[in-house]
Amino acid sequence: MARAITPRKKIMWTALAWSLGLLIFFPILWTFLTSFKTEATAISDPPVWFFFDWTTENYRAVLERSNYPLALTNSIIIAVGSTLLGIIIAVPAAWAMAFVPGKRTKDVLLWMLSTKMLPAVGVLYPMVLIAKFFDVLDSRILLVVVLMLINLPIIVWMLYTYFREIPGEILEASRMDGAGLKNEIIYVLMPMALPGIASTILLNIILAWNEAFWTILLTTVDAAPLTKFIASFSAPEGLFYAKLSAASIMAIAPILIMGWFSQKQLVRGLTFGAVK
Amino acid sequence: MGRIQLKQVKKAFGDVVVIPPLDLEINDGEFVVFVGPSGCGKSTLLRLIAGLEDTTSGNIEIDGEDATGLPPAKRGLAMVFQSYALYPHMSVRKNIAFPLKMAGMEQGEQDRRITQAAAALNLTDYLERRPGQLSGGQRQRVAIGRAIVREPAAFLFDEPLSNLDAALRVGMRMEISELHKKLDTTMIYVTHDQVEAMTMADKIVVLQAGYIEQVGSPLELYRAPRNKFVAGFIGSPKMNLLEGPEAAKLGVHTMGIRPEHIDISTTEGAWTGTIGVAEHLGSDTFMHIHGIPGCDPMTVRAGGEFTVKHGDTVYLTPQAEHIHKFDDKGLRVP
Repeated sequence: MARAITPRKKIMWTALAWSLGLLIFFPILWTFLTSFKTEATAISDPPVWFFFDWTTENYRAVLERSNYPLALTNSIIIAVGSTLLGIIIAVPAAWAMAFVPGKRTKDVLLWMLSTKMLPAVGVLYPMVLIAKFFDVLDSRILLVVVLMLINLPIIVWMLYTYFREIPGEILEASRMDGAGLKNEIIYVLMPMALPGIASTILLNIILAWNEAFWTILLTTVDAAPLTKFIASFSAPEGLFYAKLSAASIMAIAPILIMGWFSQKQLVRGLTFGAVK
Repeated sequence: MGRIQLKQVKKAFGDVVVIPPLDLEINDGEFVVFVGPSGCGKSTLLRLIAGLEDTTSGNIEIDGEDATGLPPAKRGLAMVFQSYALYPHMSVRKNIAFPLKMAGMEQGEQDRRITQAAAALNLTDYLERRPGQLSGGQRQRVAIGRAIVREPAAFLFDEPLSNLDAALRVGMRMEISELHKKLDTTMIYVTHDQVEAMTMADKIVVLQAGYIEQVGSPLELYRAPRNKFVAGFIGSPKMNLLEGPEAAKLGVHTMGIRPEHIDISTTEGAWTGTIGVAEHLGSDTFMHIHGIPGCDPMTVRAGGEFTVKHGDTVYLTPQAEHIHKFDDKGLRVP
């Protein structure tokens, strides 16, 4: 049934949507603006909006004072590495749960999700001890493994939802055609689930990129990613809002650009299964 | 070669026994049809042979070798699914090539076989298309092409025609029969349609609730059904089964007579009844006759020219040599 939308209603809804969008976007906009102010303008009261002396001084200072390329490299390695490692582990797991479910499959899925309900700080101490035992504190490999473990439930859940949409008969056909388990997954399942796998990868790169608890606590210098890079501009050096903003913008810019280009894939991925 | 033997094969899902232990022998080159109502276990039986399901107990032998524990890929059988189960992300050529690629066949031989199969199945012009761009009949041909290129020991068909419309179904039925004549390879075909079973099979296996009710050639089953179930299932329209006084006259519990074995007259006969619905097919007229004791309505076949109206009185006489007799357990009495 088509619902009549009057022009007035349309304007109202449009205005509401824009207000909500701007409200959500506001912190990022404000950070962006602040990053181009001097420290004095940044804390001026009343705040200055657009009419100030724009300066790139903060960016220069941030680049001089800390190792941005290293933090960026670390972020990329940790986000991409943990996601790919997670995919490698999650694909067979999701395959098993989607195509040969047992009596307890539902329970396993719920149990995995329940680990996300645990406050991360609850396992901080054991995690640090384990890392120390293996002598991997402040290493990229530790962060790759830890972030993979943290996001694994989400990766498995997402892949499971996608795999369930694939008719089992097609996988059976590949078995009849002489494919072993490995070939069945590589030649049939993965290509068919490619849009879903791509969405999962994108979302998890974003999650891993933004993860701040473990990345800040388990690194000092060598493996410190961009989250640590931002944090280093806050408390210890006093309140340098403009520089902190510049650092933040530099940290979120890569992921923001990636998100922008993969918008369609992300939206499709996140709503997949919700509307069938 | 494609000799398949089932020895005391049993399948249970949890406590539910779908297939009680059964024995069956399928000879090389035979066209065997598993037929039965839905839920009779015919597809499960096929999947057990394919290796897509594990047997609960018993053995499956292919060409004399135990295949019970072998994965589907190692059994050397090919299967055509009801949903076609084509790989949507591959072109027709790649779909057909897939089993050859999995077998590690060299490219030249692959191409030779694909070209040959495509020509045989009228798919040459469609080789570069995706399955999504094909009609139902073409998809079915691709599925068959994918099955024949690897020259399997036997073909398994799981209700392959049920997704096609009626006209296409008759055409594909003949194509599959012709393919069998040409390849001379064992084929096992599952269907719930007794017409498909009758027209295609060398040997029909009638199943009900996992039990084999009867195994035999189409005409054996038609002429001498072993029990009431087979009598009712094979033949269209169904055999009339009479209980009560008419059966008692013959000294049996149930008397069976097929619609085509009853003589109909407007003047005289053994039984008197009135016409209910008459279905004029042109070549034949099927009439539902009311008022015959022990069987209401009784179905009778007459020639296409036989004209009657609803409510007319008619007289029926069963042809004595075509009467089937069953005892109180439903088993055939000679």
